[in-house]
Amino acid sequence: MSPETSAAAEHHHHPALAHHFDSLAEQNEAATLGMWVFLVTEVLFFGGALMAYSIYRSWYPGAFASASHHLDVTLGAVNTAVLIVSSLTMAMAVHAAQLGERGKLKAFLLITMVLGATFLVVKGFEYHEKYVEHHIPGLGLPFDYSAEPQFAATAQIFFSIYFVLTGLHALHMIVGLGIMTWMYIWAANGTIDKDYSSPIEISGLYWHFVDIVWIFLFPLLYLIGRHASGAH
Amino acid sequence: MASTAPIAPLPTLPKKHYLNDGTTVASWLLTRDHKRIALLYLVAVTVFFVIGGLFAVLVRLELATPAGDLLSDDSYNKVFTMHGVMMVFFFLIPAIPGTLGNFLIPIMIGAKDLAFPKLNLASWYIFMIGATFGTYSVLNGGLDTGWTFYTPFSTVASTSAVVPAALGVFINGFSSILTGLNFIVTIHRMRAPGMTWFRLPLFVWSHYATSLIMVLGTPVLAITVVLVAAERIFSFGIFDANRGGDPVLFQHLFWFYSHPAVYIMVLPAMGVMSELVAASCRKPVFGYTFVAFASLAIAIIGFFVWGHHMFVAGQSVYAALIFSILSFLVAVPSAVKVFNWTATMYKGAVSWQTPTLYAIGFIGLFTIGGLTGLFLSSVGLDIHLTDTYFIVAHFHYIMVGGTIMGYLGGIHFWWPKMTGRMYNELLAKISAALIFFGFNLTFFPQFVVGYLGMPRRYHAYPPEFQMLNVLSSAGASILAVGYALPLSYLIYSLKYGKVAGNNPWGAVGLEWTTTSPPPTANFEETPLVTWDAYEYPARVEGHVA
Ligand SMILES: [Cu+2]
Repeated sequence: MSPETSAAAEHHHHPALAHHFDSLAEQNEAATLGMWVFLVTEVLFFGGALMAYSIYRSWYPGAFASASHHLDVTLGAVNTAVLIVSSLTMAMAVHAAQLGERGKLKAFLLITMVLGATFLVVKGFEYHEKYVEHHIPGLGLPFDYSAEPQFAATAQIFFSIYFVLTGLHALHMIVGLGIMTWMYIWAANGTIDKDYSSPIEISGLYWHFVDIVWIFLFPLLYLIGRHASGAH
Repeated sequence: MASTAPIAPLPTLPKKHYLNDGTTVASWLLTRDHKRIALLYLVAVTVFFVIGGLFAVLVRLELATPAGDLLSDDSYNKVFTMHGVMMVFFFLIPAIPGTLGNFLIPIMIGAKDLAFPKLNLASWYIFMIGATFGTYSVLNGGLDTGWTFYTPFSTVASTSAVVPAALGVFINGFSSILTGLNFIVTIHRMRAPGMTWFRLPLFVWSHYATSLIMVLGTPVLAITVVLVAAERIFSFGIFDANRGGDPVLFQHLFWFYSHPAVYIMVLPAMGVMSELVAASCRKPVFGYTFVAFASLAIAIIGFFVWGHHMFVAGQSVYAALIFSILSFLVAVPSAVKVFNWTATMYKGAVSWQTPTLYAIGFIGLFTIGGLTGLFLSSVGLDIHLTDTYFIVAHFHYIMVGGTIMGYLGGIHFWWPKMTGRMYNELLAKISAALIFFGFNLTFFPQFVVGYLGMPRRYHAYPPEFQMLNVLSSAGASILAVGYALPLSYLIYSLKYGKVAGNNPWGAVGLEWTTTSPPPTANFEETPLVTWDAYEYPARVEGHVA
């Protein structure tokens, strides 16, 4: 134990305690509330795009079902599974942090990051597939929907929304990976300990939120018109 | 301190306070002290107010004559757009929360700082980055879409700098969100012992309501701007009618934020009003609970009235009907506030200081703005008045008559607390009078000329409207003098102003119990609150009732 930390321990004053809080518990509660408020903001952020989705899907059900069938359900399902498992490992990381088990914490954070990166790689393959199939509705690229010409215009709306929603989600995943890297460093250098596990908990809240967004996006984008007979 | 001296000693500045706690540039630019960050905002929003004001000068100069002689039609489009963008996003929205809110909320609730001081500093930097993009778009060809960025003009037709301006608004939105988040957490978790919700000053209540709108509304603007940018940069087709998209959807999303944004601008000013009215009459605010809940009611109902901007945009009759009724309804809590302030003043011993003048000015102007808002909530009348100068006059009565009066009143009221010194009272009163008079002369004729049919957003107009436009331009020049004065005497007071003392107004409120300027930690020790917000005259420190 370094002289500083032992001095701090004598005064019951945790090194992570900021000057304007009376106790670490108060500080943690404030930080947790802050993250929840931020997630409410995020709900409305994605909500705006989902609003556009709902309106156009109700206007153009045929085009949405048709375009949805061009997405790769298998890859989407694999990614869904990857993210659900990553939520589990994130929860394990939080648990390990609360118990002060640094080794386990680092391991679970690392697994979570690997799963997050896997998701992004798979997503990259899917985007590439769209490029190859000429299903990108912009960027000056050719858009080819000649098999069902009646949807050639409105299918572009579906793909526009698809790229906006999944793109923003992927951006959130990248930010999440950045946060996890930061948390890994804090776990490794001992900033995180049993009394100060709240950064891991709060990062976990964010990570779970991003996973939940995907849980909504997967059926909304990939599974349109696939119920019952599976007919178009 | 010689408290036993026979005559009250002249107040002196405290030896150590937040302003002299570090004097390097870094101690300002890297500060986490909410009071210093408030001053950073003060400087920044003043700069953007001046830029926005210069565009207004060009508008009024052009409209002094019927012919489009000073500016080409294209330049005129850019000038009024940049006036709107600068004023709305980079002045009105951050002005009161960024400066007064930042400075006062922690002190008013007895805290040492906001819950997240680093995030607070980050909010200021994010604001500055957003504003830099906004300014870049001005220098780089300007923007001609109007501050509303309507599609399809903004997505396919406009050749001006839409993307940098939109990016500026998007980035600035995050500053707003993080400020709101910081306020919400601070008000929930940082209140001093004994500071219950119903002991909070109404300034804090109104900032709480404002923060809810910032957190719930701004992200919708953010995603809307993302969709416009995706359409403009990547030519995706979400609002593109050629591919079956709906440009009107943009208007829905935009006004879902931008109507509540009016309350982001005016609710903080209402919070200032409650403090000014109570202090200038030395009476508790009449109906405290009603005023507090009126703020929340405005924030909540304000989210369900956006369709009144779209009565002519092709929404269903039933939608228009409901939006019209709700728009009438949102006027009720605003009226409650106005009635309660007047009731507070009724039979009060009103002291005619500068902040009082602004408070009374606010009540007059905001009432006119609010009542003409009811004209516009009536679908039939709105169809006649849409896109005329009547609308322009209406929202300037709310945004300038309400927000800027509240902002300047608040700056004058808390200036002695922020700087420790008083400004020249006579000059301040003159400028308050000039602003009130100049404002009315600028904007009242616009109601008339709008009712007579002069459309907004044109650089030329029929000669019969010239008289009223000349009046308006003359008023604007008086208004400009009124705004320039405080800038000079407030700066002058920083060095030469009379030392204010802890409580120059004899006001209650925790901020008046600490020194002027306050110490970095706000209080010597955390206060224990055992009283209500406006216990006049009993709790006035240093004043014998
Ligand atoms: Cu409105």
